Amino acid sequence: MTHPFLILQWLVEKLHFNFGEHVTYTWFVMLVLIVLSWATTRGLKMVPAGVQNVMEVFIDGLENFVEETMGPKGKAYFPLIATIALFILVSNLMALIPGFYPPTANLNTNFAMALTVFVMTHIVGIKEHGFGYLKHFMGPVLALAPLMFIIEIIGHLARPVSLSLRLFGNMYGHEIVLMIFLMLVPFLLPVPMMIMGVLVALIQTFVFTLLAMIYIAGAIEEAH
Amino acid sequence: MEFFAWCVMAAGIGMGLGSFGTGIGQGLAIKSAVEGVARNPGASGKILTTMMIGLAMVESLAIYVFVVAMIILFANPFTEHVLQLVAK
Repeated sequence: MTHPFLILQWLVEKLHFNFGEHVTYTWFVMLVLIVLSWATTRGLKMVPAGVQNVMEVFIDGLENFVEETMGPKGKAYFPLIATIALFILVSNLMALIPGFYPPTANLNTNFAMALTVFVMTHIVGIKEHGFGYLKHFMGPVLALAPLMFIIEIIGHLARPVSLSLRLFGNMYGHEIVLMIFLMLVPFLLPVPMMIMGVLVALIQTFVFTLLAMIYIAGAIEEAH
Repeated sequence: MEFFAWCVMAAGIGMGLGSFGTGIGQGLAIKSAVEGVARNPGASGKILTTMMIGLAMVESLAIYVFVVAMIILFANPFTEHVLQLVAK
């Protein structure tokens, strides 16, 4: 159940192409982010003004947040985290505009991002510890290692599933609630739900980035 | 056709049960967080962050139930099979 009229979908159909709505709207988010960063970095000044001011506040806050959560070693992974955060934030907030569909309300987009984080944690772990990364899966006592290994593997495989399903369920559920309210009473009733939607969008962005950071930080730190 | 009636009931009751437990869990988490802030207002920032992560973790249970309910309602894997049996 999505918005009955999706403007980009309509445009694409007029051009006789056939893409899923999450693909076209992902392109739209990419376009927004590219134009925004181009407009910001076109004329960088020491004393920021306008767009640069806004972006600087956002990036600076995110950088402090990354350093607080992951420690000084985590600064190398700031680009990945910031990209994910910006993408999710813009696409979540896009759900509030009529005729737009958030790409994060589709499981494919979310699973792609969660898989990126999942693969990244293991690449980081092997890069940091080499063969010793296996110790992360062994648990504290060597005698229990075979048991712990299986449990840890299951736990690690559950990470991308829970990460993607959480974002998908929240955004898709919000979309459905909005559509049902719109069907029942199209006037003024959906507005409180849309205000809730702003909150949901911000919190889900926060949770996704925070969990991604915690997973990567878990691979960086020494095995206990 | 009774199959679909049971599907709708399963989705509704499942969602109710799922949000029941999740509500209790989130309430307990918020209770502890509020108590912590009341005792030590200086730590409110850190408590808020931790509480948010915890709430999101608890909430994902309700979200799983929601996803399963949506699968039962809109993408039921047995629909075709049941329709074939009914047509016979």
